[in-house]
Amino acid sequence: MGALLEIDNLQTHFFTSGGTVKAVDGVSYDVNAGETVAVVGESGSGKSVTALSILRLIPKPPGEIVGGEIRFQGKNLAFCTEDEIREIRGRDISMIFQEPMTSLNPVLSIGLQLTEPMMAHLNMSEAEAKERAVKLLELVGINEPRRRIEQYPHHLSGGMRQRVMIAMSLACEPKLIIADEPTTALDVTIQAQILELMKNLTREMNVAMIIITHNLGVVARYADRVNVMYAGRIVETGNASDIYHRPRHPYTLALLKSVPRMDRPRQAKLDPVDGQPPDLTRLDGGCSFRPRCKFAIDKCKESYPPLEEMGDQHYSACFRSKESLAEIEL
Amino acid sequence: MSEAQTQAGADYGSQFRGQVSDEILITVKDLKMHFPITEGIIVPRKVADVKAVDGVDFYIRKGETLGLVGESGCGKTTTGRCILRLETPTAGEILYDGKDICQLNNKDLIDVRKKIQVIFQDPYSSLNPRMKIGEIIGEPLKVHGIIPDEAKRRERIGYLLGRCGLHPDFADRYPHEMSGGQRQRVGIARALAMEPEFIICDEAVSALDVSIQAQVINLLEELRDEFKLTYLFISHDLSVVRHICHRVAVMYLGHMVELADCDELFDHPLHPYSQALLAAVPIPDPDLEKTRAHTIIKGEIPSPINPPSGCVFHPRCPLAVDSCSQNIPDFREVRPGHWVACTEV
Repeated sequence: MGALLEIDNLQTHFFTSGGTVKAVDGVSYDVNAGETVAVVGESGSGKSVTALSILRLIPKPPGEIVGGEIRFQGKNLAFCTEDEIREIRGRDISMIFQEPMTSLNPVLSIGLQLTEPMMAHLNMSEAEAKERAVKLLELVGINEPRRRIEQYPHHLSGGMRQRVMIAMSLACEPKLIIADEPTTALDVTIQAQILELMKNLTREMNVAMIIITHNLGVVARYADRVNVMYAGRIVETGNASDIYHRPRHPYTLALLKSVPRMDRPRQAKLDPVDGQPPDLTRLDGGCSFRPRCKFAIDKCKESYPPLEEMGDQHYSACFRSKESLAEIEL
Repeated sequence: MSEAQTQAGADYGSQFRGQVSDEILITVKDLKMHFPITEGIIVPRKVADVKAVDGVDFYIRKGETLGLVGESGCGKTTTGRCILRLETPTAGEILYDGKDICQLNNKDLIDVRKKIQVIFQDPYSSLNPRMKIGEIIGEPLKVHGIIPDEAKRRERIGYLLGRCGLHPDFADRYPHEMSGGQRQRVGIARALAMEPEFIICDEAVSALDVSIQAQVINLLEELRDEFKLTYLFISHDLSVVRHICHRVAVMYLGHMVELADCDELFDHPLHPYSQALLAAVPIPDPDLEKTRAHTIIKGEIPSPINPPSGCVFHPRCPLAVDSCSQNIPDFREVRPGHWVACTEV
């Protein structure tokens, strides 16, 4: 059996007056059933656009999926009809957004927002859906669920709203949840609560999850496999331990060296990457990390390095992955 | 604090984090900031208080960086704003160079404000979008009459931009033409313009991407050493705080719960809240994360309008005993330089 979700050479471009922004430019990755896959990268690396492309939530115009395939249980979501994708959205694949403040409708009660997908997808009656909504709220750790379903989003704190979002995402027993920066807007103790909850629920229900974040700590705690993105492409992919302890791509290495560690005394000054991420309208044929890379050679200018196998399920897109970085221990 | 301890702190600082002198620059004593909640439009009457800061004590030595950490609503930003006199505190003293900032008249306040500057979190909203970068940085120099001459001022602006890693030509640009990291550098250049002694960094690197964040952290450290600056580093990011600070204070619901040397606090946190806060932060190492204990505290931060009686942390505290709901714990020194507000440790 193949993977639950296979993204193959996805290209999502935005056509703007300033030129074509190649936000996602040939991204491929798989998600197996029940697995947690992380996508990490900085702003503008294309991690969110990839996720939005899976559910076809890219506003068109200016955005468009111009190439590649997104196969979910054998069906290509990239080019199916609007009716077909609506069947999948919220039912087989659901999404948790970053901003719990803006992703809930402020004028509809919690109960209505929770029951809507169940009534639409599972043909439940209003009473059945309401019963299930109460159970779901209990499951995500909200007290007095019967009172809460009558309330509106502004009655709830940020952490509670995110719990409601999780309850909504689980409502139709999806096979895959896409969580786009699910805890970035929350305080750390609440973040720990929410992530623990998501981890336990996805394990119990065998739901696969794509977690999109820029927080390397969150990834280390929760993900089985990691994709590192830079300027619209995956530059390194592998299991979490390989990525953190044996990074092969200079960008991954630089990223790890940029984060201060809380668990040990300070060792030295931080060693950040110089410069800034590239303008996505002006990418040339070469490696997009080249201008900031300490290991760059002439060859990097000529063509974009392909993802090469470095070990078991560990791939890196750098011409020098096999040599220079091998010595470096983190 | 004993002399030996001060000495050790200074030695430790010089190793990585710049030179710290023994001289105390600023002392905050029993600071309280309560915001009234009023009802009624024509005749407003006070119905309650938001106790944003409710009795905070600390001091900062010259050249030192004190970290102020805690979750949203704990009062860390309000504390910073009180020091800047952007708020007038309800009670307490803020002694800067021996003078109480809270009592100063407007004329004396202007003098103090030249010495205390601030760097804000959001580089998007803290720069006036209608002013050129050069005007933003040059305004305090003009207002305070420090460099009245236009050409000389431009020269100084160019120097400041250069020192913060930006090309002097940026002076003629507008904020919207710059990235978040570049804007934050402008915010730093603006703070430096007055040659201050003391800078309050309020979540100064929190909104930046990791690679840019590291650049700005390094810049702040270089400037601290070069200009002998003292920082109050307000942040919720504990990893950054451990990296940059000499001492760290933990706040919860308007109260200071723990204060200690940086490594002491991170390696041996005593207050149950500090312990929970540190355990909640994920560490970028998957193997370590697998073996680490993930004790998660339940519940959310109570409202500062009607805070819990006694110790404000007791409803969420794993160590709480009956007396915690009645008695407010003293902020006591349990080891040299290590202060904690808990009766059970």
